Order: sequence, then C-alpha cells, then structure tokens
Amino acid sequence: MIELTINNKKHQLDVSPEMPLLWALRDIIKLTGSKYGCGIGLCGACTVHIDGEATRSCVFPVSAAVGKKITTIEGLSNNADHPLQQAWMNLNVPQCGYCQSGQIMSAASLLDKKPQPSDEDIDQAMAGNLCRCGTYPRIRSAIHQAAKLAREVK
Amino acid sequence: MNFLNKIGVIPNETEGSLSHESKETSVIKNISRRGFIKGAGLAGSGLLIGIQVSCTNNPVENSDEFSPDVFISMDKEGTVTIISHRSEMGQGIRSSLPLLVADEMECDWDRVVVKQALGDAKYGSQNTDGSRSVRRFYYRLKQAGATARTMLQTAAAQVWTVKPEQVTIYNHQAKLAGSSQTLDFSKLVEIAAKLPVPDKGSLKLKTEAEHRYVGKDNIKIIDAKEIVTGKATYGYDVELEGMKYSVIARPPVLFGKVKSYDASETLKVPGVIKVVEMPPLSAPAVFNMLGGIAVIADNTWAAIQGREKLVIDWEHGKNSSYNTRDYENNFIKALENPPHTVRNRGDWDKARQAADQVISHDYHVAGLAHATMEPPAATAIVTNDGVDVWTCTQTPQSAQQNAMSVMDIPKRKASSVRINVTLLGGAFGRKSKPDYVSEAVYLANETKLPVKVLWTREDEIQHGYYHSPSYQKLSASFDKNGKPTGWYHGMVNHPIAATFNPDAKQAGSANLGQVDMPYDLANIKVTNGESDTFMRIGWIRSVTNINNAFAACSFADEMAVHSGVDSKDYLLSLIGKDQHIDLSKDKCKYSNYDESLDDFPIDTARLKNVINVVAKNAGWGNKLAKGHGVGIAVHRSFCSYVATVVEVSMNNNKVQIEKVYYAVDAGKVINPDRVRSQMEGAAIFSTSIAYYGEITADKGIVEQSNFHDYQLAKIGQVPEVNVDIISSEHPPAGVGEPGVPPFAPALCNAIYNASGKRYRRLPLKQFGIV
Repeated sequence: MIELTINNKKHQLDVSPEMPLLWALRDIIKLTGSKYGCGIGLCGACTVHIDGEATRSCVFPVSAAVGKKITTIEGLSNNADHPLQQAWMNLNVPQCGYCQSGQIMSAASLLDKKPQPSDEDIDQAMAGNLCRCGTYPRIRSAIHQAAKLAREVK
Repeated sequence: MNFLNKIGVIPNETEGSLSHESKETSVIKNISRRGFIKGAGLAGSGLLIGIQVSCTNNPVENSDEFSPDVFISMDKEGTVTIISHRSEMGQGIRSSLPLLVADEMECDWDRVVVKQALGDAKYGSQNTDGSRSVRRFYYRLKQAGATARTMLQTAAAQVWTVKPEQVTIYNHQAKLAGSSQTLDFSKLVEIAAKLPVPDKGSLKLKTEAEHRYVGKDNIKIIDAKEIVTGKATYGYDVELEGMKYSVIARPPVLFGKVKSYDASETLKVPGVIKVVEMPPLSAPAVFNMLGGIAVIADNTWAAIQGREKLVIDWEHGKNSSYNTRDYENNFIKALENPPHTVRNRGDWDKARQAADQVISHDYHVAGLAHATMEPPAATAIVTNDGVDVWTCTQTPQSAQQNAMSVMDIPKRKASSVRINVTLLGGAFGRKSKPDYVSEAVYLANETKLPVKVLWTREDEIQHGYYHSPSYQKLSASFDKNGKPTGWYHGMVNHPIAATFNPDAKQAGSANLGQVDMPYDLANIKVTNGESDTFMRIGWIRSVTNINNAFAACSFADEMAVHSGVDSKDYLLSLIGKDQHIDLSKDKCKYSNYDESLDDFPIDTARLKNVINVVAKNAGWGNKLAKGHGVGIAVHRSFCSYVATVVEVSMNNNKVQIEKVYYAVDAGKVINPDRVRSQMEGAAIFSTSIAYYGEITADKGIVEQSNFHDYQLAKIGQVPEVNVDIISSEHPPAGVGEPGVPPFAPALCNAIYNASGKRYRRLPLKQFGIV
C-alpha cells in the first residue's frame, strides 16, 4: 500500500510503486483534471504541485510522492477563486481547455515564486506547457491580471 | 467533398460535403407534448420548440415524422435549456449558437443551460467540421428563438387580455405597455406550451441593433468554470463503474497484419487482464479501425506496460515500400505534365511562349499530423439495451455508424446505439474520423466489460490521418512592360480521396485555395498531378488551403519583388477591379465550400478591403527597425476573407515573430471574442506548421513519435495577435479554419523582406532558422 496526500486528503493505493502519479490520480483516485498529453514530460498537461513545485506527474512515480503534499487543479481553490482561475475566466483564455489545468498549475507555481512576473519570466516558466489551440497570448495576459488581482486582495 | 458522396462513404469532409444540407428547409413546431422529448433528454413539462430539418426531396409538410436538429426548452422555473448539437473543440460553438438563440428569444443568458446532443440523424448533420456551424445554422436558430419569443408574447397577452403588440419581451420578462407590470418567463411557460406555433413568415427577427448578446464582446465561455477547475469532461476522462482501460499495438504500416504474437510477458504485468487480437484492416481505410493487438487492464499504466511487453511479428504489406523523401521524385515527375486541368482561362501556354519574362518556382509543404492535445479516446459498453459510447467526436453520427457496423446493427435499430459527445480536447479534423470508436465498441463487445480505449501520443502521431506532403509548381508570365499576363499553378499530393477509394490518384483538393485564386489575369491554368497513396490521408484545419495558399501567396510576393513594386500594392493590383469571380467561365467546377455563389460569391472588393484594413492596422509602409521585415498575404477560404501581416526580426539567422495582424471579414459575427480567439489560435497553429510540421515515413512507418520530434510552437514564439473583425452585413461564413492559410506565406514573405532569403519549403526547421 502506498499512502499519498492529495489536496489535503490521504489516500491508500494498491499500485506498483513505479506507476506515474498521473495514472494514479486519474485512474485510481478518479481526479481527471490532470491531463495526459505526451507521457514523457514534454507538454505540461499533467502538471501538479508537489510540495508547491510544478511537477510533470506523467513521469513522476507514485513512490517518490509518498510523504509529500500533492495539489492538483481540483485542489487549487475551493470555488474557482484562485486569482489565476478568475483571470482565466475574465479573459476567456480557454479554447478547447484540455491543456489549461496544466497551464494554470504551472502559472500558480510561477506566481508563488514571482508575484509580479515579466513577459520573459512567463515565457520561460510556461515554455514546457504546450497549447495546440494557441491560447498563449491570453495566458500571458491572464497571468499578469492574476498577479494584479492577488496584489489587490492583499 | 462530393467525391465522398459518390463513392458511397459517409459524407464527411471539411470542404462541406453535405450537399443536401444547403437544400434543407426548416419548419418550427411546438413539440411540448410529443413522445420523443424523453429521447432528447429534456424531462418534465414546459415549452419545447423544435426546428425540424428535412431535405427538399422529403418535404416536412407531407411527413408525420419529426426530426428536430435543435431544441429550446424551458422548465417551470424559467430555466431555458438549449441543445448544442455541434461538437465543442475550442471554437466556442457551445457558447455561440446557444447565444444566438437566447438573444433572439430575449433570454437572460444566466438562466440558460446548454445541453449536448446525442448523436442522432434527427438533428440533421452534426458533422462539426468545414467551419460551417454558424454558416449553416444562423438563420434557423434565429427563427427558433423568435418563435419562442413570439409565443411568450402571445401568452403574456392572454394573461393581461391585451393585444400581443402591447407586450414587449425583454430579458426573460414580458412587459405590459403603459404600465409597470411584468411577468417572468416562468409564469408564462404553461400557457405558451399550449399555443400553436406562429407562422414562420409572421416572425419578426431582431435586427442587428436589437441584439443584446450577438456581436457583443465579453461573452463568457459557457464551460470556462469547469475547465479552469479541472471538472470538464473530455473523451479521455470518461469513467464508468467497472471500466477497464485499453491501449492497442497497431500495425506500424497501413494495412499491415499480425502474423503471430506472444503475449505471455504481457499477461504477467500486474493489472493486465486480457489481450485481444483486433480484426485486420484492408483498403479502403475510411474510418475503420486499424487492427493489431489490444491490451486490456485495470488502469492505463498497466495497459501501456503490457503493450511494451508484446512480441508481435508483423506482415507489413505493400505500403512498406514507401519512403517520404524518395517519393519526392515521383511528385516532381508528376508535375512535369499533369493530366488534370482544373481551371483554364485564355491560353497559358501561348502566354508563356509570348512572354517577355517568365518566373517559375517550386513549393513544398511537408506532411502534418493533428497533434490534438487530447489524443483520440472512446469508452463503450455493450448491454442488452444496445451500445453506449462516450467519446470526443466531431461527428457523432459517423461514430454511431461505426458502432453499428462493428456490432452488425441494422439501420432501423440506430437508436440502440447512443453516442454521448464529451468536450473535445482539440480536434482539427482528426476527431471526425471515429476509428477509435470502433475499437472501443469492438473491445467492449469482446470482453462484455465497459472499456475505454486511450491513444497515447505515439499512437496519435504514428497512426493519423495525415495532411499529405505536397509539391507545387508556380509560374507567371510578364509582357515587355512588366505587366503580368498569365498564371500557372500545378499541384500534386496524396489525395484524401484515397482514404475512401484506393484507386483515387488525382491530387486534391484544388477547390481549397488552388482554383479559386483571385488574381485578375488574362491567362490562367491550374493543374493537378496524380499520385499513389501509402498512408491514411485526411483533412487538417483548412486542409489543402494550407499548401495551396502557401504557394500562391508566396508566389504573389515573388511577383511583386520581381516587379519592384510594394507587396501590398502589388496584391491589390493583381486582384484588380471589384467583381464576383465566375470560375465557371474558366471551365472550372468550383464547389465553394458547398455554398451557393449567390449567397457567398468570390467578392474581390471584400478581399481588397481586408488587405487595406490589415495594412492600415499594421502600419504598412512605416520604417522598420533594423533586421525587421514585414510580409502580407490574403486568402479567401470557407467563404471568409482573411488578410495577415506578419512582422519578423532576424538575429544571427534566427527568426522571431514580432507582430501579427489579422483582418477578417467573416460576414455577420455572433461572438467576436471567439472569432478573435480563432485567429489568435490560427496564428499559433500555423507557426507550428511553418516552423516544425513534418511527418515522414520510412518503409511505410512514421518516423516521428512525440513532441520531441513533432514539435509545436511554444508561448514565447508568438506575440500578441491583433485582430480586426470587419463589420459586415453579409451572411455568416467560416471562422475556425480561414485564419490558418494566409499566415505561413505572410511569415515567409516577412522573412524574405528581412533577410533577402526566400523559403519555398516548409517546415523552416530544415534551414536552421527557427
């Protein structure tokens, strides 16, 4: 049995220790907000936070997540009230929406480290998150807006 | 495309194959108490308006059968449910079409619920490709909304015992003239449900000025909250009680077969339950499943691990002779004297011989895969009640037919196959080919378990319906004054038609950006070569407009450079006078995206207008920073007019896109924000094509496998995209695809402008400049 703490809740899993966290989240715990896109850590659709760090869950074995705090898109906020989620909705960022959980999780990690990121900071931090629909310009605007919203709340 | 109809396959092509659609008539009826309401998933009493769609050869008036394509319903609380019968893949259709209905009906958008339709022929075509949802449904949906509004008005008039003219309907309420009395829609439901449906001719449709939502910005995407909280359900996310997960080892070469296999190691993987050999595929491919060995497991990871341990001896078959690079020579040969002339005006050969100068260049665009962020996925369960499928499909009715074909279910029992459409995590044409639905249904039937088939990224890249690589030869003749006198465009590719008919050889499709070239020249010849086909070829966002526009719009710029004239001015002069181009005069049968040329002419005035608008917005002609260059291209596709200006900088022989401008005339627009987002997306989709897009095969096996060798554009590579939507009274045209074709040529024209280097082959990565 492997014990994981996901979105502040403990889960017991009977899976092989090398199973990537993504499949444990999706197929075992039924949290499907984290998406499969490539399986080799190249697209960012599976991004979750492990102890606050944006992490590609498709290449992160469950054994390595034991004892750590895992946050998925479902646990980012209580009611879509994270500044990024608010900004994302304000600016109509999503198109198909599939990559957006991963985008938001990467952006949240960026804002934790750099509350007022520049365009370059954003381009660098978000370079591992692919979007085939092409929402990039709005993602950038939404991160700036979220940074502003977060400052206003404080 | 009509050839698909001719050869008897599912009519389903992005150009707009459903020729019957344009002849459809609609009749609106009050269907509140009709039996099929349950089937449509709208429970309870209330007002239901159905639009009946039928073909002219089966007039509705003479038919008792009712085949609604969209419904409005309202419950006793006044909540309006609008059915979306088109698939949502990022284009915003689940927001835009219901918005049109809600506006016309005078709903409060916050009291509208959108419900996704099952796949069912009663809706008319649900085939969501060809950029035609708004084009085809704009007026019908306005009528549906107006019908509901009129009935609510009549109902309120009955309550107040006044004439309907004394009642105004506004924002979910009826208001009585000359008083402060109002009635909420919820108070009118039961009365309205008993009223006869007003005559269509008596309906008063709202004017553009009266619209409260249509044409306005800041309309929120209907699924936004579910998306940003990770709660939206895509095909990949479907979970059923007791469901198993499957990945399939498919034949590496199209029409290859399993000679023998050993699954003993696979079956030792914890979680693997079963291995199933799939039936092999023979030509034509159509939308059928590819065959191979399926691994079924308790979770996706176990299935993937199990697949890796399969030992399969493949019979690759004759397509293993194919090598993409070697085949270039066949393409080049095929263009020496192409047998098909698809447009012919004046006498090109004579013009060329009489010319003072002739310039000729060859263009090449590589093969492309869709690379939808969500790979194909389908979940099926087979029970005594029939077949239930949950999947990300652009075309639920084709999915239904696939399921029926796998299960040998006769047409009369179609209703026993229920296709539930999830959100689509990108589609771009891939998800209108439901081969993956057949796989899920086959495995669900074999195992008698609910089964989800998941395609990995490798599967998606290596077993696609590819945009074909193409070769194109362009020539222009000039008289002694340097005036252009003739245009020649030859094109060859592996035709999409070969996916449906193995004997199809003629390159396709000239109708998408090759024959409809808008330059006003005296002599024009457009030809197609012939080719064999070795892979599944399909349509990808804007289809052959991608390569046709790349060649034609690049070449127009080359003509401008040759003539020493500003590129924008030269384009305008090439297009010439205001006119509706009549291709029939040039011995050309033009399909015009299956729209009438009366409603959707090739209008050169609109084409020139988007050029002028984009040039103005981009500050065309202004002095540029050192190392910068600008390029322009204009292209009509899906009956919309799009001009693009790209500004680039070149540093150390590397290109950086600095600015992108679009001007779009798509006729009337419902949701400007989603038009803008489609253009933003088109710029980025096209950047991927221009920079990186290249699928190649060796021995018939695709050489790319994931995002490391089939790269996509990243966030830093495309800046803000400036989009100007032309205000227009013309009928609504396509939006999802038309932003793609002009981008790559505008980009390469800009690179030429900046560097003096002309790139005639895509992708650009082969030149080391990206």
